[in-house]
Amino acid sequence: MIEIKNLKKVWEDTGTPVLENINLTIEDGEIYALVGRSGAGKSTLLRCINGLTSYQEGSLKVDGHEIKDYSDKELREFRRHVGMIFQQFSLLERETVYRNVALPMTCWKYPKDEIDAKVRSLLELVGLSDKMNAKPRNLSGGQKQRVAIARALTMDPKFILCDEATSALDPKTTNSILDLLLEINEKLGITVIVVTHQMEVVRKICQKACILENGIIKAEGSVREIFFDQPQALLNLLGEENIHLPETGHNIQISHLLNNESDGELFGKMYADMGIMFPIINGTIQEYEKDRMGIFAINVKDEDFAVVSDYLNKRGIRWKELGRKA
Amino acid sequence: MTLKNYTFAQIFKMLIVPAFFATLKMLAIAGVLSTLLGFVFGVILVVTEKGGLYENMIVNRILDFIVNMIRSFPFIILMISIIPFTRLIAGTSIGETAALVPLTVACTPFMARIFQNSFKEVDPALIEAAQSFGASKWQIVFKVMLKESVPSIISGLCLAIINLLGCTAMAGAIGAGGLGAVALQYGYQSFNLRIMYSIVVILIILVALIQYFGDWIYKKLK
Repeated sequence: MIEIKNLKKVWEDTGTPVLENINLTIEDGEIYALVGRSGAGKSTLLRCINGLTSYQEGSLKVDGHEIKDYSDKELREFRRHVGMIFQQFSLLERETVYRNVALPMTCWKYPKDEIDAKVRSLLELVGLSDKMNAKPRNLSGGQKQRVAIARALTMDPKFILCDEATSALDPKTTNSILDLLLEINEKLGITVIVVTHQMEVVRKICQKACILENGIIKAEGSVREIFFDQPQALLNLLGEENIHLPETGHNIQISHLLNNESDGELFGKMYADMGIMFPIINGTIQEYEKDRMGIFAINVKDEDFAVVSDYLNKRGIRWKELGRKA
Repeated sequence: MTLKNYTFAQIFKMLIVPAFFATLKMLAIAGVLSTLLGFVFGVILVVTEKGGLYENMIVNRILDFIVNMIRSFPFIILMISIIPFTRLIAGTSIGETAALVPLTVACTPFMARIFQNSFKEVDPALIEAAQSFGASKWQIVFKVMLKESVPSIISGLCLAIINLLGCTAMAGAIGAGGLGAVALQYGYQSFNLRIMYSIVVILIILVALIQYFGDWIYKKLK
């Protein structure tokens, strides 16, 4: 379990804050996403978890142990249990796939036969047994990332940190890498922490997420909740902050599951029950796990607002009022 | 000594062949010594720089200054100005063995820069990856930085060795022996153009061979 409390980090040379007041908990076995635009501090936060970078205030405990209290030697030992993969794969270009995967174990001086067995079984797992003696430059991006994943798994880690691991890959390859991460999470029970700016990645594999903006957590919780709630941080991230909202009346956002056919009849029912007409001003349907989530915005006249909000509350439909554009 | 009574073939055998081997010997020994020393200093320069594995600005600045200082000497001036040091080490300042001292001193900073630049080219993300699985600092230097930069080091070494060859010829001016000494003494001072140009040709061939060999290894390793 990773527990982060009031964590703060500033760049030592300039004193500018990178991360402020970070509070979050990552449970074992989860796939957790740290999301944000570039420069939001998400990669830095990821590097705090395995001690690649330090933090000044607050606490970051992995399985109950404070990271900044580790000595250099203890930190090295700790990192054996935390695999990491990178956007640019970070493989030794001059070494074969086999030796790249074996590198962590050779650094830790495992016996040769143990290394051999492990490397072979991991290459089997990531589906690259036939590329054992190839050099990274002869592999595709997706294959390189598979090698990196195999390397990250060599010492049976408890956690895997993914720093924009799919950002350099095309959508199809991205999906295959995500499937692999999901498989690792389910089969081996490894906690996966994903740093990404791609919401598709979050939607596809993560259970929980936190959205960072300028080093501050703007939204945190289950991915379902975040997609349902549509916080401003999510809209900013998706680049949708500029929906044009009517200036009169009340703009209401309705989050509604569309799993059954009858769910789609919501607006028809609203008209039938209340006799009020209103225009739909925005709408998307997003899929998360097995759910289809409809996010709609409607514009209701001022005099109808009380009736409509009452109706929505009574039927237990999630809604919130959107701010009017100045 | 007058050369009039000898044929060119005899002169070649008598003067140029031994000088050629003297040059090769200087090149090989000074080359190996300065590569080893240059590697050590290059590693120190890289690991002590800002954000390096053993960041230490004081050591870095001092070493950087020394390297720049030695490299700013024209070789012939360097050779003369460190004669006392050469005497201290080699016992004399004349001959090939003595010449090894200034040659190594002059070539080491060059080598150090070559190692430093090659190490710097190694993707920092690779070093971070090695840190992420708990590699020690020395493992990072040897198993990651050195390993990854070998081709770049080879092409740099090739450059340095050719540069060193030029220095050995210059060392001939103050009594080091070798091809440079013969070219200066017989070619320049006694106007024997045949000797001078045959040495020029030998040097051209030598440089070309070193370069081809370096390129060949580079391609093999890349």
